[in-house]
Amino acid sequence: MRLKEHSHVLTLVLIVLGTIAVIAAIQALTPPEEPNLALEALRVKFAKDDPAGVDHSQFPILNQKFESAQEVTATCLTCHEERHDEVVNSSHFNWDRISYIDGRGIQALGKKNVLNNYCISVAGNEAACAKCHTGYGMTNSKIYDFTDANNVDCLACHADTEEYAKGGGHGGDPLATVDLTKVAQTVGKPTIENCGSCHFLGGGGNNVKHGDLETALYSADREMDVHLANDGIDMTCVDCHTAENHQIAGKLYSVSSSNVNRLYCESCHDNTPHLSDMLNKHTANVACQTCHIPVYAKENPTKMEWYWSDAGKLENGQPYSLEDSTGEHIYMSIKGSFEWASNVEPEYVWFNGTADHYLIGDKIDTTNGPVQINRLFGSHDDPGSKIIPVKVHRGDQIYDTENLTLIQPKLYAEAQGDSAFWKDFDWNTAAAAGMKQVGLPYSGHYDFIQTEMYWPINHMVSKAEASLQCADCHTQNDGRLAELTGFYLPGRDNNATLDGLGKWMIILSLFGVLAHGISRIISYFLIQKDLEMKHYREFE
Amino acid sequence: MERIKKYKRFERFWHWSQSALIFFLALTGFEVHDSIHVFGYEKAVEFHRIASYAFLVLIVFAIFWHFTTEEWKQYIPTFKNMKAQIMYYTIGIFRNDPHPTQKDKWQKLNPLQILTYLGFKVLIVPVMVVSGLLYMFHKTINTNNIVVISNFELGTIAVWHTFGAFILIAFIIVHVYMTTTGEHPTTNIKAMLTGYEDVEHGEEEEPIKEEQGV
Repeated sequence: MRLKEHSHVLTLVLIVLGTIAVIAAIQALTPPEEPNLALEALRVKFAKDDPAGVDHSQFPILNQKFESAQEVTATCLTCHEERHDEVVNSSHFNWDRISYIDGRGIQALGKKNVLNNYCISVAGNEAACAKCHTGYGMTNSKIYDFTDANNVDCLACHADTEEYAKGGGHGGDPLATVDLTKVAQTVGKPTIENCGSCHFLGGGGNNVKHGDLETALYSADREMDVHLANDGIDMTCVDCHTAENHQIAGKLYSVSSSNVNRLYCESCHDNTPHLSDMLNKHTANVACQTCHIPVYAKENPTKMEWYWSDAGKLENGQPYSLEDSTGEHIYMSIKGSFEWASNVEPEYVWFNGTADHYLIGDKIDTTNGPVQINRLFGSHDDPGSKIIPVKVHRGDQIYDTENLTLIQPKLYAEAQGDSAFWKDFDWNTAAAAGMKQVGLPYSGHYDFIQTEMYWPINHMVSKAEASLQCADCHTQNDGRLAELTGFYLPGRDNNATLDGLGKWMIILSLFGVLAHGISRIISYFLIQKDLEMKHYREFE
Repeated sequence: MERIKKYKRFERFWHWSQSALIFFLALTGFEVHDSIHVFGYEKAVEFHRIASYAFLVLIVFAIFWHFTTEEWKQYIPTFKNMKAQIMYYTIGIFRNDPHPTQKDKWQKLNPLQILTYLGFKVLIVPVMVVSGLLYMFHKTINTNNIVVISNFELGTIAVWHTFGAFILIAFIIVHVYMTTTGEHPTTNIKAMLTGYEDVEHGEEEEPIKEEQGV
């Protein structure tokens, strides 16, 4: 072959190979770091300092001796008229919301009447639980006047948390040591400490409940949370959780049910936030949090399991507790045994924004796996559903084996002899007293049953570089979405029969051509030999 | 010994671009299928889509070429000499028998090739193109106003696409091997590169000149 003759052929081949090389090179060499202008705009928007709040210490009306916390509230209202009505109508005060729930209808539902998978329920334990109620004087939610605006606690959210604290067992009243005059003069826009003093410590300790909300966020860096990061945009809770008329934007489905007043990442970032079209297509089915919160409980551990059935063991007649190497309780006589974990990979579920909850008195099905304390609705076939990350908190709880209801035991009391489990360690009397208080029958027979509770993960958003990569889900090898079946996920799923047939087709093709080729080579030499012999004979 | 012009310039361009694209699509496609790991998943998806657009463009040109040059007539299936051709590949080839079918400008494919390539053109490629397009635009976005194809299960679409891919791999293995069954092992591949083939019994056919190509 003379090169010149075939120059045009070579040119064509080069064009083809060149095109592919160019496509590959452009893609491989283009730095993906072109500025995401939408993100820059948001940075500019939130990079501004808030205007300084009003210095309340200058107001004479606050420079007085307050006899009670309610007096402080009344004083607030002399300027901030009507605000109490807004608070009284908020779930922070009401502890319930009116919701429509599939299969249940219209239902007022909230901390008043749902159960959780931790200390079980508020009912009967209000004096302790009300430490996180934005009101005063709630010792019994059944008789508490949720319309009395005088009991609104302005200070919990607006005062300096260094000065203000609510006591345990006080029904939501401030500690006696709090200097109300001093506190009242510190009020301003809620800080992360205001929110965190309840939301980070729910369930009896730091990060016990949520897993993605904890005190480490007070001094977060960008690895922990890009929004709250002190070395980043340094936002605060109320930047997103705005509170027009004291109605806070956003909520969590551990106590919520309806697809209203949700707070979305898309509210700021819109639903095509990536520069890559392929990534933007994911936002139809995958919530931002799924990829951008690859792990939660990044600093301190969160409680993953809680077995009430282990509670009540005593040492020399006394309750005791055991701690693990990090100082977290793994056993408490009053509560049972726990499992903790940090840097947890979430589990994933389809979620459409609606949920149902176990309400006090609901019948349970003891034959159908763990009792679902809350149930997140959604499926792949529901176009309103997206995949979200969740913390699943597992454990067991006491239930009535005759009436088939979970039991609300009486846990807390001031002293022994008041049927409280935490003092007397007798499940039977605690169950009887607790159920009596919520007005439900108790058969006298109890056992423990497995339970699960779902906590959507929304905080601790990681840096873009740390977010999940394609192959974290698009893999046959135990990816993040391995458990989420019922739809075809490229890379994860395949038709085993077809793949098996395909493999054999390739092997047989290779084997076939190999056998044919070898046969040709052998026969070629045989024929050569034949010819040689013929020649020889002819020669003879 | 005569040299005949067998494959025109566009034909060769089409053939080699197509083979390069199919090779590249297989490489990236089986990475999307998580069978191999070459570029990384994200790049594999991206490259696969870009290459698929290039392939679609090439197909449009190829269809145009087939009809404007009447080359499509090469692919009218025939059973004439079919048995002889099968006998040649299974027996004759091992006895150094001559090829049973003559190749010339207007009959450059043997009956087995006609059937195979016709199947490639009207079955495999359409299956890949249709399932590929459905795959590419399959999503259930309803907030973003993007084309929605949700009436077909993605799993079904993917099965067809994967099926086609396996057939193509097998096709290429056999096809590449069969190129060695010419007069000499490299005769056919040379012809596809240069356009010309040396034929022993080419007397009855005038070699066409380069200018007549394309």
